[in-house]
Formats: sequence, structure tokens, C-alpha cells
Amino acid sequence: MRPEILTLLIPLPPLLAFGLIVLFTNRSNRLSHSVAIGAMLLSWALAMAVFVIAAFGTPHLGEHPIEISFPWLPTGTTSLSLGVLIDPLSAATLFFVAWTCLAIFVYSVGYHNYGQRREAQDQAGLPPHGGGLEPMYARFFAFISLFAFGMLTLVVSDNLLLLFVGWEIMGLCSYLLIGFWFGKDSAKKAMVKAFMTTRIGDVFMLLGLAYLYSATGTLNYRAILANEEVLHHLATTPAFLGLSVAGACGILLFMGTVGKSAQFPLHVWLPDAMEGPTPVSAMIHAATMVSAGVYLTLRIFPLLSAGWHEGGALTPAMLVVSSVGAFTALFAATIAVAQNDIKRVLAYSTISQLGYMIAAVGIGAFVAGAFHLITHAFFKALLFLGSGSVIHGMEHGVAATSAGAAHAVPGQDGPAGEHKTHAHVDPQDMLNMGGLRSKMPRTFWTFLIGGFALAGFPLLTAGFWSKDEIFAEAFANGRLVVFGVLALAALLTAFYTMRQITLTFLGQPRTEAAGHAHESKWTMTLPLIVLAVFAVGAGWVGIPHDFPLIGGLLPNWMHDFVGGTLLEHPHPIEFSPIPLLTSVAVSLLGLLGGWLVYRNVKAGAPDPLVRALGPVYTLLHRKYYFDELYDRFIVSPAYWLAETFTYRFVDRKVIDGFLHTVVDVAGRLGSFLRGYIDLPIVNGAGDLVGEGVKRAGRSGRVIQTGRVQGYLVVGVAFVAVLLSYVLLVRP
Amino acid sequence: MDFLNSHLLSLILFAPAAAALVIVLLPGPNVRRVRWAAFGLSLIPLALSIVLWVGYDSAVAGYQFTEQAVWYAAINAGYHLGVDGISVPMVLLTTLLTPLAILISFSIEKNVRGYMALFLLLESGMLGVFMALDLFLFFVFWEIGLVPMYFLINQWGSEKGEREYGRGKVMSARTYASYKFLIYTMAGSLGLLLAIQMIGSAAGTFDLVTITRVFPTLEGPLSLYGLPIALPMATVKAIAFWAFVIAFAIKVPVWPFHTWLPDAHTEAPTAGSMILAGVLLKLGAYGFLRLVLPLYPQQAHDYAGILALLAVAAIVFGAFASWGQSDFKRLVAYSSVNHMGFVVLGIAAAAYARGTMSAGDAVIALNGAVLQMFNHGLSAAGMFLLVGVIYERTHTRDLKAYGGLFPLAPIYGGILIFTAMSSLGLPGLNGFVSEFMVVRGAWPIFTAYTAVAMLGLLITGIYILKSVRQVLHGPLNEAWKGHALEINAREILAIAPLMVLMLVIGVWPAWIVGVINATVTRLFG
Repeated sequence: MRPEILTLLIPLPPLLAFGLIVLFTNRSNRLSHSVAIGAMLLSWALAMAVFVIAAFGTPHLGEHPIEISFPWLPTGTTSLSLGVLIDPLSAATLFFVAWTCLAIFVYSVGYHNYGQRREAQDQAGLPPHGGGLEPMYARFFAFISLFAFGMLTLVVSDNLLLLFVGWEIMGLCSYLLIGFWFGKDSAKKAMVKAFMTTRIGDVFMLLGLAYLYSATGTLNYRAILANEEVLHHLATTPAFLGLSVAGACGILLFMGTVGKSAQFPLHVWLPDAMEGPTPVSAMIHAATMVSAGVYLTLRIFPLLSAGWHEGGALTPAMLVVSSVGAFTALFAATIAVAQNDIKRVLAYSTISQLGYMIAAVGIGAFVAGAFHLITHAFFKALLFLGSGSVIHGMEHGVAATSAGAAHAVPGQDGPAGEHKTHAHVDPQDMLNMGGLRSKMPRTFWTFLIGGFALAGFPLLTAGFWSKDEIFAEAFANGRLVVFGVLALAALLTAFYTMRQITLTFLGQPRTEAAGHAHESKWTMTLPLIVLAVFAVGAGWVGIPHDFPLIGGLLPNWMHDFVGGTLLEHPHPIEFSPIPLLTSVAVSLLGLLGGWLVYRNVKAGAPDPLVRALGPVYTLLHRKYYFDELYDRFIVSPAYWLAETFTYRFVDRKVIDGFLHTVVDVAGRLGSFLRGYIDLPIVNGAGDLVGEGVKRAGRSGRVIQTGRVQGYLVVGVAFVAVLLSYVLLVRP
Repeated sequence: MDFLNSHLLSLILFAPAAAALVIVLLPGPNVRRVRWAAFGLSLIPLALSIVLWVGYDSAVAGYQFTEQAVWYAAINAGYHLGVDGISVPMVLLTTLLTPLAILISFSIEKNVRGYMALFLLLESGMLGVFMALDLFLFFVFWEIGLVPMYFLINQWGSEKGEREYGRGKVMSARTYASYKFLIYTMAGSLGLLLAIQMIGSAAGTFDLVTITRVFPTLEGPLSLYGLPIALPMATVKAIAFWAFVIAFAIKVPVWPFHTWLPDAHTEAPTAGSMILAGVLLKLGAYGFLRLVLPLYPQQAHDYAGILALLAVAAIVFGAFASWGQSDFKRLVAYSSVNHMGFVVLGIAAAAYARGTMSAGDAVIALNGAVLQMFNHGLSAAGMFLLVGVIYERTHTRDLKAYGGLFPLAPIYGGILIFTAMSSLGLPGLNGFVSEFMVVRGAWPIFTAYTAVAMLGLLITGIYILKSVRQVLHGPLNEAWKGHALEINAREILAIAPLMVLMLVIGVWPAWIVGVINATVTRLFG
């Protein structure tokens, strides 16, 4: 079959699965997950086939991508076309998306306790109590299928509009999945927060689409981004605020990334999104949605960098992008240090790592950004799924201990006072864990690999190679501020990663629940192992040629292949030992520091940093109070504007008040007309005639006596008067 | 077959009126029979409209399926019908929504016969406006639509609730709403009648096709029926222009003429709200497209900026006001102000840019506006239907009184989320396509206004999610435990066609946009 047809088919199976589950199979859990996983497997196979064709079977894929499109929307005499496109960037993205999605699908079976009974007290909309089957099992698979459809659509799209469609479908799915346990008040809030915060970015992005579409008459990647003439025209046409049209469109579109990839200042939704089930966290925070934001920035790189030459001064748009990225990388890393929830640490770490990628794209390191996107997807999916496995194990422990078994925990000698609170042990709080290494060995080893990759442990892990690439690019291009900020962030990253590993897995269990935790089922651990392989191996495809000793042993596929996406293949940079040594040093120092500080935390003891940092710790722990600030200064005033001002004041008081006044005045005018004109004058005049005649008649009646004598007197009197007149006055 | 083709519009137009007559004359007190008869008969115009849709050829210029007959020869008003790519979707929308509205009205118990007859009469009135090619006929149908709706609100509207109208005076909410609706619209109609009279005497005919051709070029002063004053043509045009604009602006409604809408929509019975939001509002927008833009290209261009400003005010304030509601139905009602704002923005952009360098943008904006009319008809009708469903079971519209109902009504919940997403403009569903086209078309013409409108689009998300959240999500409100809240088969049947269309237009809009686009390009390109 032709590769473009294969590409066209990639997103469809999960969509079909969604429809099937919602309409037909939702009563059968077995059928539902089979449909979902089967469909994902099919998509995965199609994606791998297309990837192989693209990466190995098509020379010069950058110039001659796999593409096909159809007219979709008539607009005047022309029409807007939509279609699919596989170029090096989308091929590479497709690869990691397919793998991580598949891993997450399989993992979900175990995570939602397939095979267990549904406990009687479990309700739809609330997380099941330890170990019971998820009541909305089929629905979960429907949602993640739709999610996978959204992501795959976004990746294979050949234009920004279809990308936006996939983008928003994922937005919907993340909303539905974050609020999967909608019965929880916190989940209910988090789902709306996630949707609305990202929507802020989306409306800017929509403007960017409208602007770009008006300026170029198309939204097709190839027609805009691989077209030197168009790019030149956009770069030289002024827009507003001193930006070129290219820059303005680029920044508007980039706002979409800021929302979706949770960059400062729209980062607040992502940590709250941890309310969803853990596979969702992995889906949103590693494999798909947040990656989509970076993917968009990579896509529009030609737009952002229009008019820029390698080594030259950054364009204003690039300056914005790199500043946002670098700041976010450091800012989020500082918050991650002070979080105790195992998933929240990962959430902030994701924000921070996405900042790395964004910063990389912003300084022109296109390939390095893409490289880190790929490696991060693998190791972060691994870490999230690992943390889910840990939480799962802990939940079992909590359930086992709260069931009444108060016997001594093997290997635990913590203070007896801790046992009182065991029923309320938070299975996600790392301070409640410890010593899980021996209870959950597979989870531990894979989590360790993922953590080391995140920390950029030298040479072995994928994270090292991609992060090192970013450092090297920043250094070689003289972006020393970005370089310094990212290096500091890397130090913190290694520190909080080791803090997490130490608190969770090393030492002794700090609660009874942790003592009772046990390893998860194979459906959960197998995906961990697969992802762990990639968390190590994915780095080997991007080793620079002139790296000491091992450079050149493997081809630098990342640079050769993905670099081909751009019109002009980027030049490889010169090797320099300074960024390498920095990267090695921060990684090792951070890891060592994390281990030293946290290896001896006792049960019930506070975080050692609380004393060391004092109020700074509180500031970090409370995430710089951003939620409170936004609530106070944006959300509350906006609601006042909506409820009190617009509705109660403008509509009800002013406009309706005016209408009521009109009615009132009309009513009064009516009364006036009736009371002062109609009744006295019109009626009065009419009445006057009638009454006058009547009165006159009545007065006349006096003389109508009917007596002849009377009439005779009158007659004589009249004749007398007449005669007197004729005889006396006339002559 | 020949008769069908040559009189198709008349058949569609009068089938509902004839059906109303049948309903009134139907013997016996059997309520069930009345309901099913009304539903069955309302399918006839739908079937005929589908024939119309299939038979309509978008490649042919001008009006199609025209019918002409002498009607009121003394004043040169004729019976002239015809449709083009703007009115065909509206006819389809009207004939589609009416059976669904009747189906959802099966729960009406009070005077079913009168209710159904009025409903069918209303359909004829609305169809007449979309088909009329004679100004006088247009006005007649315009007014015919008002009366049934007045009675539907006044007699079958919500029974609870009171409304204060200044200085402590109070009347029942549905009486207030029906008065406000009728008087407000009538106020607009007065000007409309005046304007139509003036145009009619200036042009010597009420035939719209002729008027459209000659009116922009008319110049000599108009003397009115032997009166000594002669009005300069510029004055005539200005008066007629503003009279039209105000009448249609009230109907759409354009901010700040919108406050009748939340009252009428909230107090009307469910099906009445569906038709109000689904079709009646479109009459106003249709008036702009059919009369204001073609007859007054110059004035429309000159005042397009003001119209755009008001449209943006409707988008933004409509969204804010919607967010501020605690009444589910009123929230949905205000969403119409917000959504119709996009229609007006598209119209304003087209009014400003037609015939200039940006005519291409104008066409896109106007395509978006017409599609938005259709889409809003689907999503608003769907939302009102769903509000009605939950109201019938809980007897409250207070959002705070719901909470966590999803597990009690999973199918209802799924349908609500789907419809809400259509209303929110989620890509992949219909609302997005039209909003995107309006934004795309308006951006190069009214850049700043379009940017401000995005604030409204943002708030749209907030109020939609607010309603979904307060109804479905969160801890279950114990008060509803054990209540049967799930949507029933008849109600699903009533909303299913809307959902199918929402999805189909979202995924493949070309089938309908192609029809709209051909006409819009010819008229305004």
C-alpha cells in the first residue's frame, strides 16, 4: 500500500475504538479494552511501517515528504485543503507517540485492576478503594482511545488547522480524563482549570491561525514553512509592536504552546492535572499533549526564525520563546524541589523539561529541542507509570493496613505513634514511603533508570545526550544566559530526582502502608521495562560525531535525519569540553546532593530542607502563590465583571431599567392623556354638548307646563314685545 | 412530479399551516393521537425540504424554485417565493427543528391541540420569511411568526417565577417575558413596515428582485401619496436603512437590544426555546443578509464599524452575562447572545469589505456567518432540549441544586457534554468551523475587534464548562439519590439528528458550506 494511504489510516483505529466502546461494547470490560488495545496496536503497527518507510526507505524525506491532501472547506473561488504529511520531524514524533501510547494502554489494564471484582462500595466517579475494579473501566479506554486519535491526528497533519483540531480534541480528552473521578471536588476543579488555562493559549493560537491564513492564503506547512519566498515576504512585512508578520504569527501560535506545554505564566494547570488516574498523567504529561506544544513550536520554527541566520542575533520571536523556555525551566525546577506528592514532583519536572526544549528551539537549536522531546517522552512516561505503580503498591498497603491488621511491619522500627494515622495515609506522599526498593524491585530499577535519564546521568542515559546537546548549542552560539539558567535548572533537576528516588525507594519504610506495599502486575511492569529500554537507548541515536572516544561509532541519526526537516540543514557545532563538563558536573553533584540530604529522613520527620530554607521553602512549597494570585487578581474580578457588572448592573439595571422606564413613561403618558386630555377635554367637550343640550332642555321644561293659560300669557307677552319693537324702536 | 417541482416552496410553506388546521379539526379528545398527528404531519415539510435540498443546484445563479402569482395587485405586491444558498439551509433548519421540537413537547399536558396547532402555524410563519421575495409578503410572514410564539410563552411557559418591572411592580415571569418579547419585536416591526412602505412607493413595486436591482440607483425625490412634501432619496434611504437595522438588530439580537431574549428564552416551554433560539433569531440575521446588505451597500459600509463594535459587545458581554447566571436555562439563553454576535461580526465584516481588495475575506466571513446561523440553530436547540430534559425530572433550573448527576444519568451526561462541546466550538464539531471562518474573515478587516472577540470565546469556554460542571460533576447531591434522571428514548430520538449534524458538519463541512459559498461569492464576492 502506498505510504501516504498508510499514514492516512494511522489515527483512525483509535477513533473507531472510541465509537465502538461508547456505542456498543461499554457494558463489557473485556471487549472494551480489547478493542482499545487492538486498535492502538494497529495504529502502532501502521506508524512503525510508515516510520520505517520514512526513515530508511525514502532518501531526502525533507524535500520529498510523504503527503496527500483533500479540499475540505470551500472559501470563495478556492478552498482550504487538509491532509497528512510525514517529514522527518513528524516521523520521529510518530515513533515515540506510538510506543508510549501503546505502553500506556497496556499499563492501564493493570492499573485499573482488571480481573478483580468490582467492590460494592465503589461508585462511578470516585477512585475505587484499594484493589477493586474501576467502575468506569470501559469509559476510561474510550477516552484514552480518543486521546490517542487526537495526538496521532496532530502528528500526521500537514497543516496547522488539522493540528489545531487534534490539539483541541486532546484538550477535551485531558479535561475528561483529569476529571475522570469527577465525584472528587478537587478533580472537578482541576479539569476545568486545565481546560480553561490551555484555552487562554488556544484563543491566541486561533488568532495566529487566522492571521497566518490571511497573510498567506493557506495553512499548509509545506506551502508556508518550506517556502523561502513566503517566509521572506512574511519576515519583511511589518505587523505591529515592531514585529514582522512572521514574528507576530509565530508569537501568537507560540501562545498555544505556552498553554498546552504549561509554560510560565500558564503553567498552573499541569500540577493540578495530577487528579486524573496515573496513566492519564503519563499520557498528558509525557507522551502526548504537552509534547504537542513543543511539536508545534518545532513546526513553526521557520516562522519564528524567519530572517535569522545561524550565529546571528535572535529574532524578537525567538527571544520571546527562549526567554519563556529558560525561565520556565528554572522556575519549575525550584518548585519541584519542595513538593512531597510523588506525581507533583514529576509534574513540575515536566514543566521544567519542556522549558528546556522551548529554550532550545528559541536559541535556534532545532535538532536538540526535537531530540530532548523524544528522549523526555520516553523517560517521563516511564517515570509517571513508575510512580503509578508505586502509588498502586502503596494503595494496596494502605488497604491492607486499614483492614485492621495492626501487626508489626517487617523491617520497620519507626515510632509507634505513627500507626495511629495509618488509615489516612496519603499513598502519594513520598514522606510516607521509603524502602520500596525491596518490595517493588522491577518498579524500582525502571524508575531508577528513568530518574537518572531525567537527571542526565552521564553517557548511559538518553537524557544526558539530549540535554548535553542543548547545553552545547547554547554555549556554542554564545547564549550564555540561557546556558547558565539551564545549567542551574539541571543541577536542581538532578537534586530533586535523587530526592524522589531516595525518599521513595531507599532507606526504611516510614509507614506501615509502605511496609505492606507489593509489586504490581505484569501488565504494569512490562510497559515499564519497554520504556526503560528506550530511556537508555533513545539517546544513542544522537551522539555527536566529534564526541571524545565514542563519537562516530554510531551515526548521529538525530542530526542527519531530523535536521532534514528544515529548508536549510543546520550545521553541526564544534565540540567544546566546557558544556560537557558542566553537564556532567551538575548532574552528578545534584544526584549526590539529593542522596546525602535525604538518605536519613525518619518517619514523621519533616523535609530537611524546611529548616535549611525556612520561608523560602514555604514559598516554593506553595508554588510562589500563583494559584492564589490568579484567583485573587484575575478569576475573582472576572466573575464580578460577569455576575455583578454585566448581568446585574448593565443588563438588569441599565438596559432593562431603561425599558421599564419607557414602559412606565408610556403608562404615565397614557394616564395623563386620559386624565387631563381625554377625560376633561375630549370627553368633556363631547359631554358638554350633550349635557348642555340636556340642561337647556331641562331648563326649558320649566315653561312646558301644559297649561293653556300660561302659554297664552307668554304669547301675549311676546306679541307685546314685538309690537313695542315695531312701533317704538323701528321708526 | 412536475407539480411538486414547480410548487415545492408553496408546499413546504403551507404544509404546516394545513397541518395546523388538521390538528384543530381532528375529532375526539385523544391527546396521544393529536401528538402523533402533529409529529407525523411535521415530517412532511421536512421530507419536502430534503427534496428541495437535493434539487437545489448551487452552480446556478439567482433564486431557484421561484413561484410568482398576483396577490395584491392594487399596491403591486405579489406572491413571489424563491430560495438561494443562504435561505436553503435556513429552510432545512426550520423544517428539521420543528418535528424535533414537537417530539420533545409530548410531555405537554395542557391544551395539547392548541399548542400543536400554534407550533405548526409558527413554522409556516418562519418559512415564509426565508422564502419570500416580496417585501410585503416578507413583512406579513415576519408578523405571523410573532403571534404563536407570544401565546406559546404566555400560555405554556414556565409556571413558576415572578419578575419585577420597576418600582416594586411584579408580574408572573412568563407574562412579563411574553409581553416583552411581543412589544419589543413589534417596536422593531413598526419601523420595518414604514421602511417597506417607503421603499415600495419609491420603487413602485414590492418585488425584492426588482427592488434589489433598481433601488441602489434610485435618485429622484419621493413624494408621498400626494402629500405636499417630497423627501430626497438620500433621506428615504437613510430612514429605511435605520428602520431595517433596528428591526433586525432587535430580532438577532444585537447588543444592547438583547434583554428580551434571556427572559423569553427562559420562560418559554422547552420546544419554544428551541425554536426561538434555533430559528427565530436567524430571521434577524437573515434580514441583514437579504435586505440590508443588498439594498444599502453604501450605508452598510459606512456603518459597518458600529455594527462590528456592537457584535463584539454581544460576544463579550453575552459571554460574561452567561457566566454570571445560576439558572441553567438563562445561562443557555445568554449563550445565544454570545453566539449570534459572531454572525453579526461576520455580516459587519462583509458589509465593510465587499467590493474592496478584501472581498475574499468578506466572503469567508459571510460564509462563516451563515454557517454559524445554522450551527447555532443546532447547538442552541440541543442545549435547550437538554435543559428541558433535566428540568422535567428535577423541577429546578438552579445550577446549584444539581451536582454530580453524571452517575445517575450517564447517557444524558454524555449527550450534554457532546452538545456543550459543539456550543463551545470544539474543533471536530460544527461550531468551530463557522467561528473559525468568521474570525479568519474578520481578522484582516476588523483586526482589533476580532482580537477583543477572543475574550468572548474564552469566556464561552468558562460558562459552558460551568454548566457541565455544576450539573454533572462533583460529589453527588444526595437529594437526587434514587431519582430516575436518565434521558428517555423519545428525547434521545429528538436530539440524535442534531448530534449527527453537529458531527458531520464538524468533520466534513463542504456539503453545506459549498452551497452557502456559491451564493455568497456571487452576491458579495
